[in-house]
Amino acid sequence: MKKNTLPQRLGPYGYLIPALLVFSVFLFFPFFKTIYLSLYKTNKMGEAKLFAGLGNYIELLTSASFYNSLAVTIIFVLIVVIGGMSIGLLGAVLCNKAFPGIRIFSTAYALPMAIASTSAARIFEIMLHPSIGIVNKLLNLNINWIADPKYALVCVAVLTAWLNSGINFLYFSAGLSNIDESIYERASVDGANAVQKFFRLTLPGLSPIMFYTLVVNIIQAFQAFGQVKILTQGGPGESTNLIVYAIYRDAFFNYRFGTAAARSVILFIIVMILTLIMFRVEKKGVNYG
Amino acid sequence: MNEHALFKRKAEKVVLVVLNIIVSGIILLPLFYAVSIAFMPSNELFTIELNLWPDHPTLENFKQAFVRMPLVRFVLNSFLVAGCITLGQIISCSLAAFSFSFLDYKGKNLLFMIVMATMMIPGEATIISNYLTVSKLHWLDTYKVLIVPYLTSAMGIFLFRQFYMSFPISLYESAKMDGCSNLWFIFRILIPLTKSAIGAMAVYTFINAWNMYMWPLLVTGSTDHRTVQIGIGMLESVDSQSITLMIAGVVMIILPSIAIFIVGQKQLIRGMFSGAIKG
Repeated sequence: MKKNTLPQRLGPYGYLIPALLVFSVFLFFPFFKTIYLSLYKTNKMGEAKLFAGLGNYIELLTSASFYNSLAVTIIFVLIVVIGGMSIGLLGAVLCNKAFPGIRIFSTAYALPMAIASTSAARIFEIMLHPSIGIVNKLLNLNINWIADPKYALVCVAVLTAWLNSGINFLYFSAGLSNIDESIYERASVDGANAVQKFFRLTLPGLSPIMFYTLVVNIIQAFQAFGQVKILTQGGPGESTNLIVYAIYRDAFFNYRFGTAAARSVILFIIVMILTLIMFRVEKKGVNYG
Repeated sequence: MNEHALFKRKAEKVVLVVLNIIVSGIILLPLFYAVSIAFMPSNELFTIELNLWPDHPTLENFKQAFVRMPLVRFVLNSFLVAGCITLGQIISCSLAAFSFSFLDYKGKNLLFMIVMATMMIPGEATIISNYLTVSKLHWLDTYKVLIVPYLTSAMGIFLFRQFYMSFPISLYESAKMDGCSNLWFIFRILIPLTKSAIGAMAVYTFINAWNMYMWPLLVTGSTDHRTVQIGIGMLESVDSQSITLMIAGVVMIILPSIAIFIVGQKQLIRGMFSGAIKG
């Protein structure tokens, strides 16, 4: 008899083993463990010590710091999503018609997606430096961008919008290439100007991909971490204490793994709801097509 | 076509090019500025004058970056980690997607739904439990702790499955008739046929692994296993010398991801949009 390889002996399930093993150990198990931990008070090693029921959640939901973190995250998400999508859309519209050099420009618009949040944060740190930074010099201002609670959040958000604009450019470019060119020509004949064409034809034509891009952007923005850690460490005060940074701070500075786990569960619920909305809409989109 | 329309069309093109130069210039400003600082002697940076480019460009910052931090080690670590993650994901996702698209068995749809549901769990929400797990396993400060948790991806499985579904099932059946084993079919027929999807996935995965920050920050404590992003995050810019040096380091570690992105851009776009999003 022929010797069978392991996957063959296990049948079709064998091929799923590598993927399911990794998912089980590093996704499903920690997922349930996070929920479990969120119901306990923990020691410094992160071991569950005392059952607290919903204690950690109640503690969070009655603390001003938690609401601040949520509020800050929502403002951050709004700036990142609107900013990142606008930049991506602008690039896509500018690269929609063929012209000499289009390849170079479309690479330029997509490029931020290859940059790490840490590297970008380091560069922005220097650009926003109060005395030697190029932003103050070019705008002739004298603002201490990162140390001022009024501006720190906006700075981190603009940086994140910049990082996300690259992939948005790709989404919108793909969306634009699906719009039938002839409708623009007909509109031109009817005497529509560029602005009218943009709002009457381009935006509605992008709507299938617009919603998908929107949700992906929101989910991504909720997960920002590196730029906060490097630029502001959640400060000044708690003005940039975004939800993921708050999880990090709770667990690894204050050793409060229980509340950090509770925050994680809340983050998970937010992302889950957003993903479900996306799946629903995508299904609808397929039916339309 | 009359002359007026022709002129108008030309003018439109010129306007378009000019607009593109301005907008892309603004978008790339942070990168240009970083390159410029990397070549700047540190005394030129510390001035209140507008200093867009160095008057006396120097390579000193790059040299110092190698001397003052273990950059080579960081870069090698990052290449090793990102390379293993990319290869591992391609293999595990190909195997799983093969099973989901060509084989028939009980619970297939349920298992596929479970895999897709993992997309709903953000990595940041499980990161604390994962940290506690790996520290209990004494995996902290090793290569495997950076690699193993990322050896598969639901998105990759979804992407590959999408590609495999476009092949006729007869492709698989006739290979089977020729006495070809499943693994042979995957590695000799399926993988070569899905080069574009693999290319897209490889570019995307490598860049993400190269840029990963939060997990390596938590699980590495010594220089031996630290990746480039941690190295860059650690540097404190206390004096003028170290700012230019740090930016030189940043420029050097951005280069590999930009290079891979530019080389793989076409593949990435083709792979990203052929399966998942159809208009």
